Amino acid sequence: MSPPAIAVTGLTKSFGRTRVLNGIGFAAAEGTVLALLGPNGAGKTTAVRILCTLLRPDAGHAEILGRDVVREPQQVRSVIGLTGQYAAVDDMLSGRENLSMIGRLLGQHAKVARRRADDLLAAFDLTGNAGQTVKAYSGGMRRRLDLAASLVGEPRVLFLDEPTTGLDPASRGQLWDLISGLAVQGTTVLLTTQYLEEADRLASQAVVIDRGRVLAEGSPAELKERSGGQVIEVRPVRRADLPAVARVLADLTGTSASTGRDTAAVPAADPGLLGAVVSRLGAEHIDVSQVGLRLPSLDEAFLTITGHHAVPEAPAPEENLR
Amino acid sequence: MTAVTITTGPAGPGTTSPVRPLAALRQIRVLTRRNLLHVWTDPQQMVGMTIQPLMFLLLFVYVFGGAIAGSSRAYIQFVLPGLVVQGVTFWAMQTAVGLNTDFQRGLVDRFRSLPIARSSVVAGRIVADVLRTGWGTVITVAAGMAFGFRLHTTVPGALGAFGLILAWGFALSWLMAFLGVSLRNAETVQTAAFLLVMPLGFASSIFAAAATMPGWLQAFVKVNPVTVVADTARGLMVGGPVAGPLLKSALWLVGLTAVSWFLTLRRYRARALPAVIDTFSGH
Repeated sequence: MSPPAIAVTGLTKSFGRTRVLNGIGFAAAEGTVLALLGPNGAGKTTAVRILCTLLRPDAGHAEILGRDVVREPQQVRSVIGLTGQYAAVDDMLSGRENLSMIGRLLGQHAKVARRRADDLLAAFDLTGNAGQTVKAYSGGMRRRLDLAASLVGEPRVLFLDEPTTGLDPASRGQLWDLISGLAVQGTTVLLTTQYLEEADRLASQAVVIDRGRVLAEGSPAELKERSGGQVIEVRPVRRADLPAVARVLADLTGTSASTGRDTAAVPAADPGLLGAVVSRLGAEHIDVSQVGLRLPSLDEAFLTITGHHAVPEAPAPEENLR
Repeated sequence: MTAVTITTGPAGPGTTSPVRPLAALRQIRVLTRRNLLHVWTDPQQMVGMTIQPLMFLLLFVYVFGGAIAGSSRAYIQFVLPGLVVQGVTFWAMQTAVGLNTDFQRGLVDRFRSLPIARSSVVAGRIVADVLRTGWGTVITVAAGMAFGFRLHTTVPGALGAFGLILAWGFALSWLMAFLGVSLRNAETVQTAAFLLVMPLGFASSIFAAAATMPGWLQAFVKVNPVTVVADTARGLMVGGPVAGPLLKSALWLVGLTAVSWFLTLRRYRARALPAVIDTFSGH
């Protein structure tokens, strides 16, 4: 049997006295998309940097397609591609020059490198800006070029460190489509993200990490289930009734309800409660447009697993210093 | 995207498969080209390198020249070879700032995640900087000749001086690369490089003979590599002792290059996530 694309065990790393990774382990089979999910400061970037041979672990073991990242870094580098948090492209060169430079560094003949650059530019919708200096690119264009740059060497394992952070929804959707396309073609992808929606959309497996430890792993669907079954969600006709709805839900389930913009939701261990909710709302003359049971969102699952919301109040140093 | 199998070397335990020398040379060439292409995007660099030597030349030859040597005409013969060396010394700061910027922007991460020679990123920067320095040197000498400087030696001698001056730029660039790789941000790098270059450039025999200075200063001026290189260049361009200064220059160039090379590459390899390391360890 061929080795897994990514195999990590007991990875530990400290900076000074701060332990950033505390023995994390996970694996990804070839051709799958694995999401490393966690808030800022969870250790996601550190893990990716170790796997990409940019950083040595203090302890533990990591292999990419059977090659040890510490003992065989050059072999690892020849099969991976990396797109970091900051678009690592040369501002002062054109998009085409950036891509063909990478190709030339990888030993491609000038003509081949140029053709590969043009193919990638076309695939990433950058042909119209191929000759333009990257300085003039928008944020979304830079990210696309950055992703293209990590694909010049046709990597079998691709690392994407928060690939869509800071992008507008349209650019994010475009990048998602590109990443899904790569996975379909058989590239193994490890992506880190704080967006649960992103993991849900792209990954077949997700590993939730926080403060350097693995808290949970499984498919996004499994993670949702694991966080405690179903949720009763009620949408009143009048938003003014929202507090009353929340009170009813809390009354019947014994747990406080969370309210959204126009819905109130509460975890329901017993699905039979749904009937009681409906009759009680009727008795109190609260008109509702929707009452239903659903699986918790990955966001709610994350809250249950880590004990805090996915979006932190302040960015950790990992994110804003470099 | 087409699916193409990537051929990789045998992945036996312990094999680190160093990059072959020819491949490393090609990588250095590609990265040198990358750095030179920046000139198209930012022509200001070259404008600066063209104007700055002219300003120094005019300042020293016509403002100070009469007072120092009796006449501008006599002084230009003395000062021009040194001015060229001084220009090269100051321009070497570009290496420090340029490399540091590549780190800050995450570009070095990309390069380090590719299967290329570790030294190629630094070497590509240095070779490009030395080539640009060659341009500045030619401009300075040409301007000097327009203002009355004359070569008094042979053409091979003058070419030798040119080569020596570029070799000095190369050696100093490696030291600057060490600063660029070691220090945190571009501002710190700029300050450190400036503090290093100022005494080297001015406390030297470029503008006045060491013998005219107080003893304590002479002690520094005489061992200063800028003095040694400027004296050699002067000997090769306008005449005077050559053998002694040339030997000293050679020792300085080889020593400085070797030590800085070693330190820079060691640091380049170790520098991983600088800002985060600093932040977490509370520096």
